Amino acid sequence: MKIDRRCFLSLGIGGAAGLALSPIPWKLADDSAIWTQMWPWTPVPADGEATYVKSACTLCPGGCGISVRKIDNRAVKIEGMEGHPVNDGGICLLGLSGLQLLYGPNRVKTPLKRAGERGEGKWVKITWEEAISEVAKKLGDIKEKGESNSVACISGSDKGTVPALFKRFLSVFGSPNFMRMPSIQDSYEIANNISLGFIAQTGFDLEHAGFILSFGSGLIEGWGSPVRMIRANSSWRKAGIKVVQVEPRLSNSAAKADKWIPVNPGTEYALALGLAHVIIRKSLYRNDFVHAGASGFIRFRDLVLSNYSPDSVEKITGIKKETIEALAVDFARSERPVAICGRGQGKSQGSLGEVMAVQALNVLVGNINKEGGVFAVNDPAYIAWPAYQSDAVGAAGIKKERIDGAGSGKYGFAKSLTNRFAGAVNSGSPVSLLFVLESNPVYSLPDTKDVKDAFKKIPFIVSFSSFMDETALNSDIILPNHVYLERYEDVPATAGLSKPVVSLARPVVSPQFNTKHAGDVILLIAKEVGSPVADAFPWKDYQTCLEGTAGDKWKILNKEGFSSDPAFTAQVVNISPGRFDLSGGVADLSILFTPVNSEEDSKAYPLFLLPYDSFRIANGYIGTPPFVIKTVEDTVLKGKDILVEINPATARANGLSAGSYATLKTPKGSARVKVHLFEGIMPGLVAMPRGLGHTAYDNYLAGKGINVNELIGTVEDPASGLDAAWGIRANLIKA
Amino acid sequence: MKEEQSKEKVKKFGMVIDLDKCTGCGACMVACMAENNVPFKEDESKKLDSITWLRIYKLTNGKSFPDADICYLPRPCQHCGGKGDHGHSPCVSVCPATATDYNKETGIVSQIYTRCFGCRYCMAACPYHARYFNWWDPVWPDGMEKYLSPNVSVRMRGVVEKCSFCFHRYQLAMDKAYYEGRREIEETEYQTACTQSCPANAIAFGDLNNSGHAVYELKKDKNAFRLLERLQTNPKVYYLSSREWVRRAGDNYLKDEKK
Repeated sequence: MKIDRRCFLSLGIGGAAGLALSPIPWKLADDSAIWTQMWPWTPVPADGEATYVKSACTLCPGGCGISVRKIDNRAVKIEGMEGHPVNDGGICLLGLSGLQLLYGPNRVKTPLKRAGERGEGKWVKITWEEAISEVAKKLGDIKEKGESNSVACISGSDKGTVPALFKRFLSVFGSPNFMRMPSIQDSYEIANNISLGFIAQTGFDLEHAGFILSFGSGLIEGWGSPVRMIRANSSWRKAGIKVVQVEPRLSNSAAKADKWIPVNPGTEYALALGLAHVIIRKSLYRNDFVHAGASGFIRFRDLVLSNYSPDSVEKITGIKKETIEALAVDFARSERPVAICGRGQGKSQGSLGEVMAVQALNVLVGNINKEGGVFAVNDPAYIAWPAYQSDAVGAAGIKKERIDGAGSGKYGFAKSLTNRFAGAVNSGSPVSLLFVLESNPVYSLPDTKDVKDAFKKIPFIVSFSSFMDETALNSDIILPNHVYLERYEDVPATAGLSKPVVSLARPVVSPQFNTKHAGDVILLIAKEVGSPVADAFPWKDYQTCLEGTAGDKWKILNKEGFSSDPAFTAQVVNISPGRFDLSGGVADLSILFTPVNSEEDSKAYPLFLLPYDSFRIANGYIGTPPFVIKTVEDTVLKGKDILVEINPATARANGLSAGSYATLKTPKGSARVKVHLFEGIMPGLVAMPRGLGHTAYDNYLAGKGINVNELIGTVEDPASGLDAAWGIRANLIKA
Repeated sequence: MKEEQSKEKVKKFGMVIDLDKCTGCGACMVACMAENNVPFKEDESKKLDSITWLRIYKLTNGKSFPDADICYLPRPCQHCGGKGDHGHSPCVSVCPATATDYNKETGIVSQIYTRCFGCRYCMAACPYHARYFNWWDPVWPDGMEKYLSPNVSVRMRGVVEKCSFCFHRYQLAMDKAYYEGRREIEETEYQTACTQSCPANAIAFGDLNNSGHAVYELKKDKNAFRLLERLQTNPKVYYLSSREWVRRAGDNYLKDEKK
């Protein structure tokens, strides 16, 4: 049969019509809809028995109780623990993202030994036995040379049994160099030491306070114990408690406060002294804690009366004198007023003068040691281990001066000054071995270049990190710790609490990888190093140590998940009236109360760079998990570009507009940034968030934005050795 | 009497969010993502395709330094009832696949992923941008699927998703109640993940029809408002703010128009 054109067309059309009438195309369309939805790689989570495990969060010093939902042996959701004294069911976004850390791709899965250059990321897997004997051998060599004091440890915290074990290890081995990451806690400790005569933390009964005056503290942005602070804020709203925020930038805390008072950055101390001036001049202070005849008070009074009148404070701070007068009266006449400091989340120290000036306000109004007031709180009391015996090298080593200088000479009042660590190493103080525990100093200490240089000088660095962070990447050997959801650990919540709580972190799931509890590892290293270090650690393993340390509280910790028994957690020190020395015993008060200036040229750097803390960007040991980075606004991070906040007036003066690229220059470095115009920031300032610009971690975090620590430096407070820097001179040039 | 009883039976779940308490911390956003198996990508800074069932908006009062002010506003799906609460929500009205439906028993607007074929009419109809499209298959880094919850199905490429008021929690609570021989649940038995997590206790959730629930009174507050009320979408999410400019930001007004 011959197929002509007509036949071809009719066959074609007929066929098409027939097909259209048949169910085939509809079936195919339906199937394709199903096929494109039913890919085998779309996970179908397995069902199983649902249970809850009570534990504690360790991701910040807040110490919240958590309740983890499990399906069979998988953890599927972290929730706040109902009834926990710190957070009572509430939880922050970082705590909620813990499972992304537990199951995340950035875990260090097995002990690793560096194969290539430092920071190159080339590793060989080793066994735990090899890793421990390698570290022990290095320690043995150091001891043999009699240089035991050149061993150091940087820890995220110095509270709880695990940091205590590390500290004990160093002490018996013969090194005083146990350091914790810098924070406002350092400053409060020194302030208490010089004005009260003993080292204690400062606790605030903010839930019952009647007036809150915050000198730049991010009350609802992660200061202290973050969830507790947000809960306190809600109770202030409900009770109509007045909150005044003094800060150069309209932070969330400033926006939430009843009144925001913009202040020239770095002059907060002067405002506090100006307020003290008004309170003293108008005799609004109470005699409760100011012993009017005490020489410290008289010197303080004379200084503020002569140098800090509202007129002169207006010139320093840029705040109108009427505002200062009114604020002082408002503060002093309120019931239970509390003044508080520590910029942002309190991760920078600030000058001692600032803390002393702010504490003076609390003392003047007599709001010390009472409900709704300020307390001096001791370290947790439950860690009481038997004394140890060290050998001659150890006994000599521990007596040597610390690398950061804390506790001796002009730094005599300090316990830890980790801010001075990099500078000291770079100027020749020898560190032969460094332990890094639950912290990421290479990333989170200011002046990254300086810190990296210091790390280069340290021949052997041991990281205990669970994650491949910047410091782990720059170490020689990684002994990965379990993450908090896989381990037992006591979690003291101490940050700013007047009634401390100790919670118990416990294994929610079994260890996912070949990791080991850092507490167990330090015990094993001690055993390997041998006597007398080994004898100071009589415990079989960390678990035994923890149970023994908790003593009769172990049962309650296990059952309730926490204990707030003051005999166990921490003692509030009873401060007798008149005990507070407002002068801090400092001979020349003008050294204490002095502005922090960077000396750089104001022509080359007409602006100031101000780092700020955001709740939605983690900036400590923990890198921001994917869920949290998702909540970051596109006015902060866009693609890989970081946006800096400037006032539209600053933008006009520098020829910049919204979204334009600029080069941000400081004496420490320069970076390409994008501009975000914000009416809530003082002209002349450039604000940049902390916590971005990671070079380690996964693709969800690495390479996004700039690490502000690369652009800022430290400024040593002459009165204390604290890092008093609040920012740095900068310039913003259109790119 | 009889009428009253039947009225009691119809539940209308809703939310009252106190913007004076809300600190913009973002816990609700993450609680929602963790509860509902919401995926994430390497770059989430393109907010138009960033799937956030609950998104916090930052409002500014438009004034210059130092009178500038900001306020955060969390926006879940508003679960519109439409005029007269008959279920004529903007999205339900346009869905050609009945993939989104108004539950007359609870007032919750559902999203049935397996019915959705991705036409995105609902997204165009929704005045709140509460709906999100899966342009890509969700990918979890190796090992991270372990935390996925079996109570919420994982969505695939080509479907729309949105806040469900954690409907699976309602189902679980009802199952439990039925198992225990009850026909009703207590207010505390069904709370959304965002409400539960909020450190500020800024979110209240419950049955707007039930006088025993906190939201019943809260929604009558003089500072209460809803978003784009004049569209008559009749949302079930109320906001409280003592600040006039914030309340005014809840709708569009002409320059000289008085509220």
